[in-house]
Amino acid sequence: MDRPIRVLVAKPGLDGHDRGAKVIARSLRDAGMEVIYTGLRQTPEQIVAAAIQEDVDVVALSILSGAHNHLFPKVVNLLREEGVDDMLIIGGGVIPEDDIPFLIESGVESVFTPGTPTKDVVEFIKENLKR
Amino acid sequence: MFDNEKLGEIKNSVDIWEREVVEKTVSRFPERKQNFTTGSNSDVDRLYTPLDIEDLDYENDLGLPGEYPFTRGVQPTMYRGRLWTMRQYAGFASAEESNKRYKYLLEQGQTGLSVAFDLPTQIGYDSDNGLSEGEVGKVGVAIDSLKDMEVLFDGIPLDKVSTSMTINSPASILLAMYIAVAEKQGVSKDKLRGTIQNDILKEYIARGTYIFPPEPSMRLITNIFEYCSKEVPQWNTISISGYHIREAGSTAAQEVAFTLADGIAYVEAAIKAGLDVDDFGPRLSFFFNAHNDLLEEVAKYRAARRLWAKIMKERFKAENPKSMQLKFHTQTAGSTLTAQQPDNNIIRVTIQTLAAVLGGTQSLHTNSRDEALALPTEDSVMIALRTQQVVAHEAGVTETVDPLAGSYYVESLTDRIEQEATKYIETIDELGGAPKAIEKGYIQKEIQNAAYRYQMEVESLDRIVVGVNKFHIEESEKKELLKVDKTVEINQREKLADLRKERDNQEVERTLGVLKEKAETDENLMPYILDAVKAYGTLGEIADVLREVFGEYEQSVIL
Repeated sequence: MDRPIRVLVAKPGLDGHDRGAKVIARSLRDAGMEVIYTGLRQTPEQIVAAAIQEDVDVVALSILSGAHNHLFPKVVNLLREEGVDDMLIIGGGVIPEDDIPFLIESGVESVFTPGTPTKDVVEFIKENLKR
Repeated sequence: MFDNEKLGEIKNSVDIWEREVVEKTVSRFPERKQNFTTGSNSDVDRLYTPLDIEDLDYENDLGLPGEYPFTRGVQPTMYRGRLWTMRQYAGFASAEESNKRYKYLLEQGQTGLSVAFDLPTQIGYDSDNGLSEGEVGKVGVAIDSLKDMEVLFDGIPLDKVSTSMTINSPASILLAMYIAVAEKQGVSKDKLRGTIQNDILKEYIARGTYIFPPEPSMRLITNIFEYCSKEVPQWNTISISGYHIREAGSTAAQEVAFTLADGIAYVEAAIKAGLDVDDFGPRLSFFFNAHNDLLEEVAKYRAARRLWAKIMKERFKAENPKSMQLKFHTQTAGSTLTAQQPDNNIIRVTIQTLAAVLGGTQSLHTNSRDEALALPTEDSVMIALRTQQVVAHEAGVTETVDPLAGSYYVESLTDRIEQEATKYIETIDELGGAPKAIEKGYIQKEIQNAAYRYQMEVESLDRIVVGVNKFHIEESEKKELLKVDKTVEINQREKLADLRKERDNQEVERTLGVLKEKAETDENLMPYILDAVKAYGTLGEIADVLREVFGEYEQSVIL
């Protein structure tokens, strides 16, 4: 653990709600991580390209538009197609409980819903890092 | 309001009370905490007295309802005359489904419609565009062409309802579709009542459904102002929105400041385009949030009204009093709803409803209890609407105008919010106005700082959110949530394919060609957009023509 944990915080899809993404980005940074925020409206392809180029350890996806069942697995699959298996992928947003098992099965390792303290996210990342 | 002698006596009594009564009490029973603050983190004193509003000049600062500076409300009789418009924002899945929901809401006593569009529609993509995948019909209804719009308003007489449409970047296209549907119903443009949001600046700041860069976006907006002032005179051409700024985490004072700063930019753009302030001023409307801090919110609405009246009169030399009236829609705060113990949200929404009503709103959407989890179910929407009806008919707050006026606390808060907002507006003026301040990231940064501070307050338990950081329970019960079926996206794509086969494609090409030509000139684009819409050109096709000429906005990522 010589270099700090690098995290890509990304907003896939057309959703413009980024309050949560920005709060998470800042709290991860305050916890000593290096954080890159993609900005809005990223396609899964753009997110995967950024993750690889920035050589991140964690990809944190945020969606509040309801498109998570489509977009989260897409990011995971594209990463796998690129042969990436050492990145921790997590997600958050307005996500109904019923959808979470499917997302976990698809390879998102944890889904954080509204009301989650940021320190829980920090701890989860530290404990589940793959490198 | 008080003469100096009286104020001196009051000061004397307060000093003695602080020294002899309060100190004793506090030494035996300490107060619950060191600092008391509003929901927006402003300090709150133990007690407010006439001393806190000693500079208040009743005639100049408050006046009478329906009169400048409109602090006490924009109408003389307020809710004694007519209650606010109860307007639930709704729309999901297909036009058919949404049409059903609208009819249901109208049957339940709702008095106006409010259309929620899905994200592809809001960003000018057709449902069959690759970027729309997974988003069709999710946060609102999918509208690809006039065909869908005809279904959306089927059986709803457009001369009888007023319709609000949450549409910004492609507002002119959706407004054109609405006008075209009305024509088919035999309703002329001058009978149409409603609002388009049409507020691009807050999209750059907080909401994210922009398409074009600021300059052509402002042109489309002023085109609408001009067109409607002549053709659709009862239409509210913009809803300058603080709602999303607040949802993004701003304070109450920032909400007022950034919204009015955006308003100033629109007025300046319209004047620059050659319009007279009193021609479009009366059709400007606003949209604010209602958070939980009841009294701070009431003060916020009152401060916003007073400040806008002054801006229009003093800065822009408006002469028509209607140009100076800040009329606003309110929505209760989505960001205050909790996924934990969602029934508690009904109570939050009730408090927020009271705030909006005591603050003199013209229309109101109340959120449903399940919106931190998904789009609301019909049952939840019903409770939300009933909340408004209970406040309207049972709570007694509608029987007199501006009932909280004269409260030492509320008046002092009203002053403070106005002062804070004025300071922000001065800073934004120094930066060159709202568009420049957005470009520099100033407004976004201020909001982000407030949002982060709030989150830290919640995490350190300085701020209690019931059911989230205190008063937890184990929740096992499954909640029934609304799901949007995947078939919506498939059906929508099929409908588009059919449309592209059935319509007169030459006419579509021709109207799109004319639109492109005109977009390159300074002409008002509304008539040409209307032509393309009537030829069943799709939303995506029309937006693409404009993208070609105008280019697309590149977000400056501020962290």
